[in-house]
Amino acid sequence: MNAIAPDVTFDLATTPLRELNEALHKATAESNARRWRVLNPNGRHAVAVGLAMPLTVEIEGNVGYYCAGMNAEASVIIHGNAGQGVAENMMSGFVHVRGDASQSAGATAHGGMLVVDGNASARCGISMKGVDIVVKGSIGHMSAFMGQSGSLVVLGDAGEALGDSLYEAKLFVRGTVKSLGADCIEKEMRDEHKALLAQKLKAAGLEGAVDVSEFKRYGSARQLYNFHVDNASAY
Amino acid sequence: MCGIVGLFLKDPKLEGELGAMLASMLCVMTDRGPDSAGFAVYGAGGKDSVKLSLRAARGYDFEGLAAGLSGPANGMPALALHGTHAVVEIPQVREAAVRAFLAERHPEVAVVGTGSRMEIFKEVGLPSSVAETFGLAQMRGTHGIGHTRMATESAVTTAGAHPFSTGADQCLVHNGSLSNHNALRRQLKREGITIETENDSEVAAGYLTWRMREGASLGQALEAGLKDLDGFFTFVVGTESGFGVLRDPIACKPAVMAETDQYVAFGSEYRALVDLPGISKAKVFEPEPATVYFWERAQ
Repeated sequence: MNAIAPDVTFDLATTPLRELNEALHKATAESNARRWRVLNPNGRHAVAVGLAMPLTVEIEGNVGYYCAGMNAEASVIIHGNAGQGVAENMMSGFVHVRGDASQSAGATAHGGMLVVDGNASARCGISMKGVDIVVKGSIGHMSAFMGQSGSLVVLGDAGEALGDSLYEAKLFVRGTVKSLGADCIEKEMRDEHKALLAQKLKAAGLEGAVDVSEFKRYGSARQLYNFHVDNASAY
Repeated sequence: MCGIVGLFLKDPKLEGELGAMLASMLCVMTDRGPDSAGFAVYGAGGKDSVKLSLRAARGYDFEGLAAGLSGPANGMPALALHGTHAVVEIPQVREAAVRAFLAERHPEVAVVGTGSRMEIFKEVGLPSSVAETFGLAQMRGTHGIGHTRMATESAVTTAGAHPFSTGADQCLVHNGSLSNHNALRRQLKREGITIETENDSEVAAGYLTWRMREGASLGQALEAGLKDLDGFFTFVVGTESGFGVLRDPIACKPAVMAETDQYVAFGSEYRALVDLPGISKAKVFEPEPATVYFWERAQ
């Protein structure tokens, strides 16, 4: 499963998590240790958070909350499930969850790409601000709530209230949507949207894996966007 | 915040390890709930006997109490001492007489739970000290649930610790808070359900007991709870033969489950499950909101 030979291996069964995160933060763009491998994460919270260099970190097992939070430039690959808030507030880089992700995956993230091979539960991409999220399975309720920009691509189904109070995040769902949230509507899938979707799928390593014409596009109806007194009851 | 753990064994070979596994899971959840802790274990039990889990002040003379119970129990009851708690086993037909005797003569003793197999222990303090005080690691059984509490809705007292039991062999632990518990408490009291604290979680336990008394299965009672209980909740519920899980429709409170051929385990966080045997091969999943999950022992 490991495509890389690591330069550094940290076993969290024997090394404190804080030492790992400190070492990752000390790495510079010139440092020789570019490929890191983490063993026995055992559901610990805040593994590999706050990375700011183009490192590659492979984590062998399930992680707890906020893994790869605030990530910038680094690639973090989780060979397991991720707890709440994986890649929350990511700025750039690439985070790949090989299993399932819990709630609030990619919350408030400004940039970079988050790929989830399994399902992501509720509130995936909540308040997303520019991140691209690709979920190969399905997503839970209230996903992309108040999503401001970026894209959320779902190969499976979406739960209740997708895109509630949405701004300009672009949502593409291949399967069924249980319900749309306030001010989220289905929109026409024009050629430029198909091209955008194809580009996101390619970046997630899914070029040719799925047909872009199978997706539906959802976006903001822009009715709640600015305060209007007639909408007071909807706030 | 609060932490929940639960373990339901499919493989009888693990029954001797149940308490040790549950104790390890409970202690990992300390930082979710350091105020108090408690647990229920479903162990051995005779068909015609019932166990009363009793609680009293530190140093209480439970042996003297047991001797006094030999009248209403029609013979000296079996007694197991666990610090501030004791479990007495009496003939089922004598339960009403023994409970009446305790209520009248021994108001200083609280009945924490009753059942043919369930034993309940809870206390204020760190989960590790609670588990150690009661010897959880040495207990055996088919299933058990545990709770670490960070109090929000009522005071940090032993009576406010979980699990709550309001019916024979039934208990509940709760992470979250209910907003309609006062009105529901009044309704349940009118229906004859005994609720002893101001705690919201005890109302949830009483609600399920009431539904099941009216003929619902645990699954049906949990399903009805989705309509009648307003607030945030992840519940784990134990009965004589099974173990159920329910999350509110918004899924406000965390939950992770793991299933193998040997067991089904519940944890508020995955960290609580990492020391279980074969966990790396287990099916690990997050229970869906507003969905009743239930596992029963083959009879």
